[in-house]
Amino acid sequence: MRHLLQSLALVVVLAAALTWLATGANRGWTKTSVPVKTLDTVTGIEGISYQQKFLPGVDFLAAAWAAAAALGGVSLLFKKTNKNNADKITNNQ
Amino acid sequence: MKFTHIIPFLSLAATVYATPQAFDFKDPKGVNNAVFNLDAPLESVNGSASGISGTVSFDPENPGATTGKIVVTADSLTVPNPMQKEHLHSANWLDVAKYPEITFEAKSLANVKTDGNVTSADAAGTFTLHGVSKDITVPVKLTYLKDKLSARVPNLKGDLLVIRANFSINREDFDIQKGQFEDKVSPTINLTLSIAGAAVQAANNQ
Repeated sequence: MRHLLQSLALVVVLAAALTWLATGANRGWTKTSVPVKTLDTVTGIEGISYQQKFLPGVDFLAAAWAAAAALGGVSLLFKKTNKNNADKITNNQ
Repeated sequence: MKFTHIIPFLSLAATVYATPQAFDFKDPKGVNNAVFNLDAPLESVNGSASGISGTVSFDPENPGATTGKIVVTADSLTVPNPMQKEHLHSANWLDVAKYPEITFEAKSLANVKTDGNVTSADAAGTFTLHGVSKDITVPVKLTYLKDKLSARVPNLKGDLLVIRANFSINREDFDIQKGQFEDKVSPTINLTLSIAGAAVQAANNQ
């Protein structure tokens, strides 16, 4: 169980980091929409509309790392599996 | 016909010609916008507002006499971060439920300079935000586009007036978190207004 939780924590950290990098490594806050500018050729005004898009920021990374740290912390509540003891029990049988 | 008989017609024609046009800034194309920007430590808060309306009285023969009122619907203010938007609209910041409109009423223009169809000036008026009104002066650029409405909105004839303004206000002057969070959000709000209004010719209103 301990090993499973620690592996899960590692997966969370890596998945968050890869998602963050893949979406452009936004060093600001997480955004759920991005502004899109369109030029009105008659007036010369740039209109702004918002397109739905998830852009994870540093708060997303921090939340993922906090979740991973929590999983790591919980994993310490479980006893380490002693491989030698497990082997001895198997051999005695 | 004696010349004296023509004078009233000439006077009437001159009066009609000199009458300022009323430009409506409710934009059917939806491109009118007000952009705001506040400095913050991690990333500046950038957003825009699209709910713009109002009327400006503009006389191309006398741009210096321009007056009018522009209204921005407070709940049209948008930022890309949903939590920031929620805070912005909340009672702690803009309180859009209680103060649904942000307005600027231009009462007079000073330092008027006209070059062709472009007039630059300082517009003095009253800016109202968060229920607080302050007299401010805003540098504006007015571009008069005669007969250009049909190029933008087919089936309508008339003129366009483009107004651009770039200015700053202090949120503390408008009782928005006065003395609070200055290390997290700058008290200075930079505003950029880019709007176009239309004066539809009467014959096309039918």
